[in-house]
Amino acid sequence: MKGTVLEKEKIEFLEEKARTLRVSIVKTLHKSQSGHTGGSLSAIDMITALYFHIMRHDPENPQWEERDRFILSKGHAAPAQYVALAEAGYFPKEDLMMLRRLGSHLQGHPDSKGTPGVEVCTGSLGQGLSMANGMALGLRLDKRNSRVYALLGDGELQEGQVWEAAMASAHYRIDNLCALVDANALQIDGEVERVMNVGPIGDKFKSFGWNVTEIDGHDMEAIIKALESAKLVKEKPTAIVARTVKGKGVPRFEHKASYHGVAPNDEELSEALLCLGCIED
Amino acid sequence: MKATRDAYGEILAELGATYRDVVVLDADLSGSTKTAVFAKKFPDRFFNMGIAEANMVGTATGLAAAGKIPFVSTFAIFAAGRAWEQIRQSVAYPKANVKIVPTHGGVTVGEDGGSHQSVEDIAIMRAIPNMTVIVPADAVETRGAVAAAAAHKGPFYIRLGRNKVPAVFEEGHEFVLGKGNELSPGTDMTFITTGIMTAQALRAAVALEKEGISARVVHIGTIKPLDQEIVVKAARETGAIVTAEEHSVIGGLGSAVSELLAETKPVPMKRVGIHDRFGTSGKAEELIKYFGLTPDDLVEAAREVMERKLG
Repeated sequence: MKGTVLEKEKIEFLEEKARTLRVSIVKTLHKSQSGHTGGSLSAIDMITALYFHIMRHDPENPQWEERDRFILSKGHAAPAQYVALAEAGYFPKEDLMMLRRLGSHLQGHPDSKGTPGVEVCTGSLGQGLSMANGMALGLRLDKRNSRVYALLGDGELQEGQVWEAAMASAHYRIDNLCALVDANALQIDGEVERVMNVGPIGDKFKSFGWNVTEIDGHDMEAIIKALESAKLVKEKPTAIVARTVKGKGVPRFEHKASYHGVAPNDEELSEALLCLGCIED
Repeated sequence: MKATRDAYGEILAELGATYRDVVVLDADLSGSTKTAVFAKKFPDRFFNMGIAEANMVGTATGLAAAGKIPFVSTFAIFAAGRAWEQIRQSVAYPKANVKIVPTHGGVTVGEDGGSHQSVEDIAIMRAIPNMTVIVPADAVETRGAVAAAAAHKGPFYIRLGRNKVPAVFEEGHEFVLGKGNELSPGTDMTFITTGIMTAQALRAAVALEKEGISARVVHIGTIKPLDQEIVVKAARETGAIVTAEEHSVIGGLGSAVSELLAETKPVPMKRVGIHDRFGTSGKAEELIKYFGLTPDDLVEAAREVMERKLG
């Protein structure tokens, strides 16, 4: 119920959770000195909403058959998923300090073989939506109510396979599927619009037969509303096109393609922690 | 005479009844790959993905993650070639339980020409970790291999052909994953062959017997993991090897055997196959001659390795 005290408390709880996870992302990346800062920070509000409010899942039993599934198609934002999984209790938070190290289950990009809560292997862009389709079809064959969520980048939409998959989701009327596009408008080489324009994203998905919602990807209330509404849409897949800011939460990182694949140094970490309202290291 | 793809269509439909989790995906070639037989029997478990192989492979991975046993079919060049990186990333890397079973492997695709004749697929599939690669010799072995793929968890690549091929194995032959088959004893040299080349080698062995050369024939159904024991044993006992495959000599069975023997028991060897060329249009039987894949070519290769062995 929008506007009720409970709802307001829930939104505040999720906003606080997202702030905590941002802190965890910058600390994790600082420790590993390798990884993707910008795209992790742009996606974290949506990932927070999914893991801490929307999805049915059980960290004690990652293979629970009735669980909802999450696929991080933009696999380079792995730190965002890892901090959420650790916070939810899938594995000890100390594991985060081993990100990208030899022998760690926290690979540079999500690897289902080692990390509890990671459903498939991603990292090579453009493949997650296909996998989400397959999962959703498999769940439908088994008459399960589980839903599948796939988070894509806007730059990732340049991959042709995404549109092969988008065609198939609509063709097979996969309504237990929701794609979220983290549209932060930047990719490694610069502005998405200049590198290879993918817009208008919403219109493209609509023309492929999808239900489309466009939101501010950092507005927790809007994220929750969009995800809840998507559950009610029948016979169509839903795409949530979320306008986001790359590096969101730390002004030095915001709107900068240069922080796509760069981890914070000591000075940047201190500044980031200050910005995120966390003065202790 | 029966095409391996026809045997595939039949066994797949049978497996559909045995395993309720078997699902099948095709990319607009279900009539040719024979997955249409399954589609007719189990329409709810068949997904035509249109002409979009990359998405087909990813979808299969998702189905596998949801507990299904997906079989993915199209022509070999479009499965292994077009969707190679999807197979690597989404199937082999996570060891997904996906079975890639393409038809129309090799040059015997015929008239469609070089664009449609996959002569590199075994090499590029074999190079991927976690991948099991099988090239059956005939219909009977195809049934066994496909059933084994359904029963064993993990990624499989089973390369089938377009045309009718003679029976190599008797009905009731048991396919054992990872095990080669000595089909004809011999002491002077060994043919180590796969796919349609095994029947050719059996003919060549008969011809060589008349010349007083005792040729062993070892069929390798599972190219990866390779039955090392049977290969090294052949090298040790016969001292000369001719490999043969309807595939490039780069990276396929010939390479696998060479790699193994170079490190274990080097003996005079010759690789019969396609020599760093693309295919071309023509009738299948014409192309077999054109590319040097006849029993006569194998006899010639056997004489050559014998000369080197004795000289």
